[in-house]
Amino acid sequence: MTAQNSNSAVLQIRQLDAWFGQHHAVHGVSLEIEPKTVTAIIGPSGCGKSTFIRCLNRLHEEVPSARASGQVWLENQDIYASDVDPVRIRRKIGMVFQKPNPFPAMSIFDNVAAGLKLSGIRRRSVLREVVERSLRNAALWEEVKDKLTAPGTSLSGGQQQRLCIARALAVQPPVLLMDEPTSALDPISTAKIEELIQELKREVTIVIVTHNMQQAARISDKTAFFLMGDLVEFGDTSTVFTVPKEERTERYITGKFG
Amino acid sequence: MNSVQLHEYMSRTHQRRKWVDRWMSGLLFLAALAALVPLFSVLGYVIWNGAGYLNWDFFSKLPKPVGENGGGMANALAGTCTLVATASLIGVPWGVAAGVFLSEYGDGKLGTIVRFATDMLASVPSIVIGLFVYTLVVVPMGGFSAMAGGVALAIIMIPIVARSTEEIVRLVPVHIREAGLALGVSRWKVILRIVLRGCVSGITTGVMLAVARVAGETAPLLLTSLNNQYWNLGITGPIASLPVQIYSYAISPFDEWHGLAWAGALLLVLMVFVVNVLARLVFGTGGSGRD
Repeated sequence: MTAQNSNSAVLQIRQLDAWFGQHHAVHGVSLEIEPKTVTAIIGPSGCGKSTFIRCLNRLHEEVPSARASGQVWLENQDIYASDVDPVRIRRKIGMVFQKPNPFPAMSIFDNVAAGLKLSGIRRRSVLREVVERSLRNAALWEEVKDKLTAPGTSLSGGQQQRLCIARALAVQPPVLLMDEPTSALDPISTAKIEELIQELKREVTIVIVTHNMQQAARISDKTAFFLMGDLVEFGDTSTVFTVPKEERTERYITGKFG
Repeated sequence: MNSVQLHEYMSRTHQRRKWVDRWMSGLLFLAALAALVPLFSVLGYVIWNGAGYLNWDFFSKLPKPVGENGGGMANALAGTCTLVATASLIGVPWGVAAGVFLSEYGDGKLGTIVRFATDMLASVPSIVIGLFVYTLVVVPMGGFSAMAGGVALAIIMIPIVARSTEEIVRLVPVHIREAGLALGVSRWKVILRIVLRGCVSGITTGVMLAVARVAGETAPLLLTSLNNQYWNLGITGPIASLPVQIYSYAISPFDEWHGLAWAGALLLVLMVFVVNVLARLVFGTGGSGRD
């Protein structure tokens, strides 16, 4: 971890711990995320990978009895500093969840515009422009441009997930967290989302949790392997998958456990 | 027991089980019928006695003195509407707010206390609520009033609206709230603009059921809004209402008034019935926040 590295990293995580009540879910994890890369977080169920990325936008603490400590530096600011409002942080770090979760009783347009509208932007022309750009970026525009007033929940699962990506992109966050975004989708929708991630990384930094090691190998530049709350190994995806430094990583990626 | 004997035995018990099944189904059908009989006999009886008096005069005329034919309950009908509107104006925002509190922040000690208090309030006899409002509103105001009646009905509505709102809002999955928070929206805005927006039809259903419930309340109104033989404008004076008018006509010795009481009862039953059906229809249109 050299000084030069710290300057280029968009997110620097230092000694991050997370708990659910008495359960210590993430153990002092430190890692740095380079701008405009895709970082995959892999590991068996219950290893703390979802908890870890939910700490990066301070969503973890919204669960009753959950807490976190450590430092996460974003744009020269520690998001865990006492004077930081998590609401402002979350505008800079978007999130896409495992299950597509468009807002109920809102149209496709309103779903994408929600983040802007709820932070007080009402100019119709601005909203229209942002909605179209976000939907284009999420590769959904062509499919929905004639039915923007239809309910968001009327779309198929894969479309709903891309709608959720568009919704997250609309507030233009420099970082996008994705918590197993394809695990509820069929292979074709999954392929579309993976393709989309490759497009998106030109503009945003992506941290993606995935259960699917092939997916991690296909789409990520860096891979972090978690096991029982510890960060076991972090490095270039090609290295982690071909010549892992740790035996535990090798055993996991070759399917010997997990 | 060899396999042939076993099969014989099984086909015998199969026969028996089929008969038991038929008998039990029949019994359950009768039980269901027995539950419906009171409802339909009340409805039939009220229609039989009241339909004849339910004419245009009933809806448009004031009550007439004893001995004069005709007359209606126009003022009582308008009065019930005024009372229910007043009650809704007070009770609905209060009840919805309490329900949202219970759903979003109700897991702690305070929530348990509020929930228990709400359930207690729901089971307080309505005459007691009438007495309470009598001392709280009627005495200080120096007389019976529509306002007092509205307050009494509102107190009855609050727990109903609160608990139905809580149940509906709880149906909105956690991941919808998290999606809102993750967009950088503050918690109160997530609740107000995202969660509640998805529950409008469900909350409306609860409100309508509460309205149907209080529209027929009589006891608290006897102590608060009293009654009025004339048109009442404004909410500071006594006001007529269907249930109280039915009550005072039904205990009178005059046949003509008995008939009008039946007609009033029929109208009240029909109103409650229509509101209930509408409430179910509203809920059926979706947008309840579930997926």
